[in-house]
Amino acid sequence: MKILGLLSLLATHLSANSVNIEENAGQFFSSGHTNNWAVLVCTSRFWFNYRHVANTLSVYRSVKRLGIPDSHIVLMLADDMACNHRNPKPATVFSHKNMELNVYGDDVEVDYRGYEVTVENFLRVLTGRLPPSTPRSKRLLSDDRSNILIYLTGHGGNGFLKFQDSEEISNVELADAFQQMWQKRRYNELLFIIDTCQGASMYERFYSPNLMALASSQVGEDSLSHQPDLAIGVHLMDRYTFYLLEFLEDIHPASKSNMNDLFKVCPKSQCVSTPGHRTDLFLRDPGSALITDFFGSVRKVEITMETVNLTDPIEQVEQNFVNEDLQKESYSYVDQLPVSEIIHQGLQLVNNNPGLSHPHLSFTGQSVCCRPSSISSI
Amino acid sequence: MGLLSDPNRRRALIGLLTRLNAPICVVCYMAGVAWFMGLAFEPFTLRTYMSENAMGSTMVEERFPAGERALATGREFAAHKKKTGGMPVDWLVKTMQSRGLEVFTQRFSRRLPFPDEDKERYMVKGTNVYGILRAPRAPRTEALVLSAPCTAGDHNNQAVGLLLGLAQYFRNQVYWAKDIIFLVNEHDLIGMQAWLEGYHHTNTTGMDWSPLQGRGGSIQAALSLELSSDVVTSLDLVLEGLNGQLPNLDLANLFYAFCQKIGVLCTTQGKLQRNDWDSVSGYSHAVQTMMLMAMKQASGRPWGDHGLFLRYHIEAATIKGINSFRQYKTDATTVGRLLEGMYRKLNNLLERLHQSYFFYLMSSLSHFVSIGYYMPAFGLLGVILLLRALDLWVQLASPPPRTEDGVVDAEQVSSPGVLSVLTPLAVVLTAIAVYTLLPPATRARVFYCNPVCDVRRVSLCLLKAADGSGHGAGLEGAEAGGRALPGRAAGLHRAHQLLPGLHPGSHAGARGRLRHAQRAKVTRLQRLGDRCGSVRSLTSRSSSPPRRVLSAFVLVVLSPACTLLFSVFFFQELQEMPVSFLDGWMLYLSVISQGILDHALYGSLVYPLVALLVYPCWLLFWNILFWK
Repeated sequence: MKILGLLSLLATHLSANSVNIEENAGQFFSSGHTNNWAVLVCTSRFWFNYRHVANTLSVYRSVKRLGIPDSHIVLMLADDMACNHRNPKPATVFSHKNMELNVYGDDVEVDYRGYEVTVENFLRVLTGRLPPSTPRSKRLLSDDRSNILIYLTGHGGNGFLKFQDSEEISNVELADAFQQMWQKRRYNELLFIIDTCQGASMYERFYSPNLMALASSQVGEDSLSHQPDLAIGVHLMDRYTFYLLEFLEDIHPASKSNMNDLFKVCPKSQCVSTPGHRTDLFLRDPGSALITDFFGSVRKVEITMETVNLTDPIEQVEQNFVNEDLQKESYSYVDQLPVSEIIHQGLQLVNNNPGLSHPHLSFTGQSVCCRPSSISSI
Repeated sequence: MGLLSDPNRRRALIGLLTRLNAPICVVCYMAGVAWFMGLAFEPFTLRTYMSENAMGSTMVEERFPAGERALATGREFAAHKKKTGGMPVDWLVKTMQSRGLEVFTQRFSRRLPFPDEDKERYMVKGTNVYGILRAPRAPRTEALVLSAPCTAGDHNNQAVGLLLGLAQYFRNQVYWAKDIIFLVNEHDLIGMQAWLEGYHHTNTTGMDWSPLQGRGGSIQAALSLELSSDVVTSLDLVLEGLNGQLPNLDLANLFYAFCQKIGVLCTTQGKLQRNDWDSVSGYSHAVQTMMLMAMKQASGRPWGDHGLFLRYHIEAATIKGINSFRQYKTDATTVGRLLEGMYRKLNNLLERLHQSYFFYLMSSLSHFVSIGYYMPAFGLLGVILLLRALDLWVQLASPPPRTEDGVVDAEQVSSPGVLSVLTPLAVVLTAIAVYTLLPPATRARVFYCNPVCDVRRVSLCLLKAADGSGHGAGLEGAEAGGRALPGRAAGLHRAHQLLPGLHPGSHAGARGRLRHAQRAKVTRLQRLGDRCGSVRSLTSRSSSPPRRVLSAFVLVVLSPACTLLFSVFFFQELQEMPVSFLDGWMLYLSVISQGILDHALYGSLVYPLVALLVYPCWLLFWNILFWK
């Protein structure tokens, strides 16, 4: 009798679980991405820009801690602070004063260093147009199921970001680079964080889908640095990144915090500047996007003894698409080079972004994709 | 001829110019003087601020601990200096080597053109000792210099001690990106000149030095220390260098920022800063500080050992420790900390200081006036010359009928005699010839038979010769007009607009212009007037004696010699150390000889400027005065 009771209990439990697994299976693929990449760029050199390198390295540390491996991180540092002659603690880069946290450590892998950090290299990394001899560590080998985190820091202005004290990247170039990535199906969703003065101007021109952007300050505002260290003699971190990191310290691979929490990081009282964000190009509700979707490389693994029928969840995703606005249909991929359309319909030039020299995709539905002839018009 | 301009309007303008010339000149002069005086008024000045981004704020931690040990080292240095009777080279070499520096010495020797009574030297021989602290990880491309002069007697021992203490402390740090050169130079400026010439492989002044065995790269900045007491009450910053050149304002800003951070009292020109700028005494204090700076620049001599660095485009300043009767004393450790902070910030520099101003006047350490604001004052004074010249040109071209005299002047067209034109020209040309062809010793010998001239006698000779030439002695005495004149230059402003700080001279010079304007009218009138007068002059003509005597008196008062004399007394007044007439006279003579020495030793430009430009111009005016 007892055995029967137990067996029946087991059976109901298993059936209940199987029902759960069937339902949970749908959630496995709700986010839509299968791998994570990160491109972390520090664009300024010289000893007094120590804090930008420290910013980038701190984000690098967090991203590694949450699971993205070095092979999926492209780290670009424009100057070597750890081995700078003026560093009183050689081979270290500190992000907290009193030298609590050395973010340089022993296992930093810098992919682009020193003078290799240029606008051209950055855009080549994003768009994948690298010479065949480029090693894997310097490539962004993302596909259409990759979530990419892009973090930029340095000195910026209204509509541009300064690279290495000699050149600039404009917000138009950046938007076009992301559009190229979209056309070449190089990302599923992209989170863009920028910590510079007037950072919000850099994401004003985005027009590709599935982009979410955060900036540390609005147009006309300066982003401020956080704390100086008197022993080293420089400012160690910028405020926005400092509070961003404090926030990320609480995130672990299984946490369920979503993007709305990220938008609340560093209010004006702490940051002095007003952080901004942009989510209109993002398909999903930002509340449903987890922090670990971008900052971590989270593999959803659940061990089960059951066989799960996977056909349903895939349809579920498509149903989700149908339930969304009809406008979303325009955001689908198009043929790379529909020759017949070119021959019969001719080129349709739509000027979405003034100041651009080459024709590009329009979103009216019948569209022609024209390959841009150059990567960037520097 | 009336195509592009309106001849009527032009004639009206020219008429205005000639009629109102004197009033406009007077107005411009007053405006220029008022502008310059108004510069010291605090609302018209700007507060100093750091312009160089790499230097940033005073955000370092100074940890220099060893002030007492530095003072002990200084006492040891004093003892050894007394024992050897000069520079204790061996002891210095040993001490620097024990602190881990690379030590080198340089010998130099120089024979002065005539003995310098102020410093009691004629044949100068010495040794410089310098130690290089190599940057631990950086290539040897850039360097900073910290120097302390080794002077005879009981001066500057603490400076050398502090230098050695800092050397020891700096040697233990790893964050130096530039080499630091610790230099102890003998015979202050002469030794410094020898070292700089050896470092940069130039030989402009004919000094004899042994080549430097060790070098450190291109020097980015230099500080010179003068510290003669164990405790100080204030630190004085000296900026003026050779030929009136100033270091970049960022160096002064750096010093002031650290003074404020550490809490040391800091001054410039030896005058404390005051906060009551709206009161009369506060304003006059600011004016005095600014005038002192202007006069020191006009003298053209380096006012500290740093002055010779500026010629090589190295920003340098001298920090003097002053011990006065004040309650709050600063000890050597604090001074060492201030220097440590400054050097850490200079270490962060990526390029030479160039972001801030190179031409400025400071009414206090926290307020400055840039060249864009003080040049208009001199511009206004220059406009007077332009107006006078235009007036004369207009009259030469078309002499207006002198209806107010009732007599048409028909004689103006007649050119003066050949002799009257040629003689001043000859005088000037011989002056230039003598100046360039004869060496200084011969020049001095010309006026005095004794081959080894005493400096005072030299000056007196020059003055006598100047008077003689003025009265037509016709010697190579115009050569005597070569006086180096620290403190002022009558008429320099008309030759050299770029030398800053010429207000006192231009003050006098512009008055001279006005007088000349009146004199020109006087001479023209005198041509019509009766011919009497028997003033002995080069081209003696007759004129009305009282007017001529008055003009002659005024011209003598405005002569370079007298202006310099007045400036010397004025300078002493500004420094709040007024002198009696006899002391002032002695000072005046030494100033003249120092000027010649400066030119011979370091290449100061004031002496040749006065000799070739000012004095001949004055001579010409003198001749014009006694012209027909």
